[in-house]
Amino acid sequence: MNPLFADAVTAFSKPHIEYAQLWPLILVFGVACLGVLVEAFLPRERRYLVQVVLTVAGLVGALVGVGFVAHGLDSLGGGAARGLIAAEGTIVVDGPTVFLWGLILLFAIGGALLFAERRLEGGVSAFAGQAAALPGTEAERQASTHGLDHTEVFPLMLFAVGGMMLFPAANDLLTMFVALEVLSLPLYLLCGLARRRRLLSQEAALKYFMLGAFSSGFFLYGVALIYGFAGSMQLSEINEAVRNDVANQALLLIGMGMLAVGLLFKVGAAPFQSWVPDVYQGAPTAVTAFMAAGTKIAAFGALLRLFYVAFGSDRWTWQPMFWVIAVLTMAVGSVLAVVQTDVKRMLAYSSIAHTGFLLTGVLGVQSASELSDGQVTSLQAVLFYLATYGFAMIGAFAVVTLVRDAGGESTQFARWAGLGRRSPMLGGLFAFFLLSMAGIPLTAGFIGKWAVFTVALSAGAWPVVIAAVLFSIVSVFFYVRVIVLMFFVDGEGELASVTRPSLLTSGTIAVGVAATLLLGVVPGPVLTLAAHAGEFIR
Amino acid sequence: MNEFPWLTVLVAVPLVGALLVAFLPKAPGSALPKLVGLGVSVLTLALGLAIAAQYDNGGGMQLTESHEWIHAFGVHYALGVDGLGLLLILLTVLLVPIVLLGSWHDADDANPAAFFAWALALEGLSLAVFAATDVFLFYVVFEATLIPAYFLIGGFGREGRAFAALKFLMYQLGGGLVMLASVIGLYVVSAQAGRPSYLLSDLANLDMSTNAERWLFVGFFIAFAVKAPLFPVHTWLADTTEKATPGTSVLLVCVLDKIGTFGMLRFCLGLFPEASQWATPVVIVLALISIVYGAFIAIGQDDLLRLIGLTSLSHFGFITLGIFAFSSQGASGSILYMVNHGIGTAALFLLAGFLIKRRGTSLISEMRGVERTAPVLAGLFLVAGLATLGLPGLSQFVSEILVLIAAFDHAWWAGAIAVSGIVLAAVYVLWAYQRVFTGPDTPDGLPVRDLDRRETGAVAPLIVALVVFGFFPMPLLNVSNPAVYDLLQHVGVSDDPPVVPAAGTDSHEEGQQ
Repeated sequence: MNPLFADAVTAFSKPHIEYAQLWPLILVFGVACLGVLVEAFLPRERRYLVQVVLTVAGLVGALVGVGFVAHGLDSLGGGAARGLIAAEGTIVVDGPTVFLWGLILLFAIGGALLFAERRLEGGVSAFAGQAAALPGTEAERQASTHGLDHTEVFPLMLFAVGGMMLFPAANDLLTMFVALEVLSLPLYLLCGLARRRRLLSQEAALKYFMLGAFSSGFFLYGVALIYGFAGSMQLSEINEAVRNDVANQALLLIGMGMLAVGLLFKVGAAPFQSWVPDVYQGAPTAVTAFMAAGTKIAAFGALLRLFYVAFGSDRWTWQPMFWVIAVLTMAVGSVLAVVQTDVKRMLAYSSIAHTGFLLTGVLGVQSASELSDGQVTSLQAVLFYLATYGFAMIGAFAVVTLVRDAGGESTQFARWAGLGRRSPMLGGLFAFFLLSMAGIPLTAGFIGKWAVFTVALSAGAWPVVIAAVLFSIVSVFFYVRVIVLMFFVDGEGELASVTRPSLLTSGTIAVGVAATLLLGVVPGPVLTLAAHAGEFIR
Repeated sequence: MNEFPWLTVLVAVPLVGALLVAFLPKAPGSALPKLVGLGVSVLTLALGLAIAAQYDNGGGMQLTESHEWIHAFGVHYALGVDGLGLLLILLTVLLVPIVLLGSWHDADDANPAAFFAWALALEGLSLAVFAATDVFLFYVVFEATLIPAYFLIGGFGREGRAFAALKFLMYQLGGGLVMLASVIGLYVVSAQAGRPSYLLSDLANLDMSTNAERWLFVGFFIAFAVKAPLFPVHTWLADTTEKATPGTSVLLVCVLDKIGTFGMLRFCLGLFPEASQWATPVVIVLALISIVYGAFIAIGQDDLLRLIGLTSLSHFGFITLGIFAFSSQGASGSILYMVNHGIGTAALFLLAGFLIKRRGTSLISEMRGVERTAPVLAGLFLVAGLATLGLPGLSQFVSEILVLIAAFDHAWWAGAIAVSGIVLAAVYVLWAYQRVFTGPDTPDGLPVRDLDRRETGAVAPLIVALVVFGFFPMPLLNVSNPAVYDLLQHVGVSDDPPVVPAAGTDSHEEGQQ
């Protein structure tokens, strides 16, 4: 036998997996696989209950697990960071990771509860009875008269959640790409599964898929170029290469730009935002709620890790790019939101504007030596903003699912006129979410906005902060306009009314409201938690 | 230090009362929510008086409370009152019961419980604004006051109020967000100086670069100028007062807008003394334009509520002028002016509201000869109007003369232009009175019912206050003077000494350290 070959065989060792730290992630994927088996072996009428219980139990279990993992993380560098690099250097379980895991799982539970809601459609879920049946055909009619349901949405969602958890935890570019695909593919599918307005939903799915695939291409090309530059996929080694300034700068810059395109597409930043309104509008609202919160959190986690860890020492190069993109994103999001006449589209543009505000926090990175004792760091600010944003978004979309007329959900502004007077409770809740998104004090959104603006200003990005303030004023306008519409306008013609949901949806809304209020009045504990998460480890 | 958290209780009572009123089980048309609301506001008034009784005319912050709120931001829940805060707190707690009583039936066709609840919420938050000694806390409640104000405007009043409410909110939030940038800037500056903190006591002695101080000042000033309002950011005022109910207008113009001038004194002068002096020329010019322009457009109004709203533009010009004249007369006059304007304008708004309710129109051109059938209404309106135009013997005269002295002291032209405001005030008040109340019978020949006991009772305390403080303003001045003294010391100006031959003039240099 070739001695070299023999050597290679004996040198092969089993990869060491830190199950103690990674089990929440593995649990989610495991339950997803179990869900697929349930689809295969259980009779149709029993699937729904089993899937719901399985999904929620899996997510709650993982959330509890994240709590334990977070508690057990070792402190590094004198308390500046905590955690470890696991799975042979491909996954990092550090403070920010577990914080993001917690958020993603929390919003995934909310999403799962919305998915499971069956009272609104009269005993079936909001998903298509038979996705393969063409809209308007006999097959579709049959599916709906038989009360068919796609319970596959639950394992699909779990796979997406797993991808979302892996995305910000990835420590090398290849894992990051895999996570990106794992989180995206199920979402493409979920977007196309609406029971009502199926053509719109399928169009949204196709659009999302096409553009998503295109941006994945960018990301992958960027991975290749950065590998060419640094000779490694590992973020820490890329950082070394950047620091030593070893090789071709052009490769680095182009590669960095391509990676940014891929990630900025996922977070919905301008000029890569064009999919957001169409997809948010066309997708089933429960999916929109889950996606708006979850994807953004995961993608911002990955963006932060990539740019802070791998390209952190080269931040003078990328900060100007983020300045431009942040301002552009806020401008596009808030200005275009003003002219929308559909609640879901308005929320979609508002989500774009929020991306801009989040980027304002991202570009406010400063090295530890520039910060005074106890000052808010940019990572802390962005993590906190993501929490506030997620609660408000999921709550707002959950409210949207309840406003209906004969044709299902009713999202036209004209139909919402006077809604707050017909059902003051629901109107008040929606108004509260909008006020939080607008950043009015005593809501979570205000504290979040304050935090990201502060870090940007500390880093000297005052032009961005001024732009952010101006666009905040614009965004207040369109939020308040909806409140005016709900409370002070007498509607004409056919108006939407509020359907009584089951405990699943109302519970989600209640948690969203409570968290938004609590984070606005006593943000201390969560801010401390975000500070406690410490830095990324390399 | 005081063991009992008086100020927290003062803020909490109306807020809890608001919730109580909103969620009280109610039969349609029942007066219970209104009675509870009035009761809460009277309780708050009693608390305010109790606080005034404990206040010692010394100066400095009293009845202070301080608890850490958001550690990461260096934010404290810190309350305290000085003379300035106390006067505005007293004004607020006095006006709210009067407003509730005066607008007892104004919201009957909509949702009276909501009106009372929002009014109480506005009261609680405004009190928190006047008592806050932490910039972040101030900002939070400053912005939070807009929510009840918005629903008060948008929910009750005349046709077109939804648009007026939106305009109001956009202006205020716009100003507020500009201020947010400055509030954040303060954090950054204070973080650079060591541990970030938002306590006024920490920030007042902060070292900042001239440039930073000026930018931060501009942010705060814009917000307060929108609030006050000053020319050219006043355009929300007339629309709002026209569409809202008179009771809402009282709360807005007489309480909420005071936050603007209060903020100029407390924050612009208190935190950015050097920048305040740097900006003085511009501010004085804006104040003068507000005085004259406000008076002129008030003269041209045909809508009684718009007219009263716009007179306030002129008055806020006077207040700002007094503040930025940097002398003890000016500052005392301004503080006094805030109180007196609150009382006088509240009386005008309420009386105008009673009149409009009777006539069914607010257009001056469709009224005539009201005094023949409603002499009490006419008489009270005349007294309140005369107070507004600064007739000696009524309270506004005292404050106006102090501000004018300060203005002349500052620059002769400033005083000269400001004086014209008084002449114009006489025109808009007396001409409006003449058109509405005098003359032959009402246009449609129907008699106007005179004030009933509830209405008279609501306005009477205001009229009494106008007369009492007109002859005897010392109680107010005694409270405000220590605050003025502290403030001017902090800014680093002292009054020009009286010109006495052979006397030293070094006290002036001393002030300029």
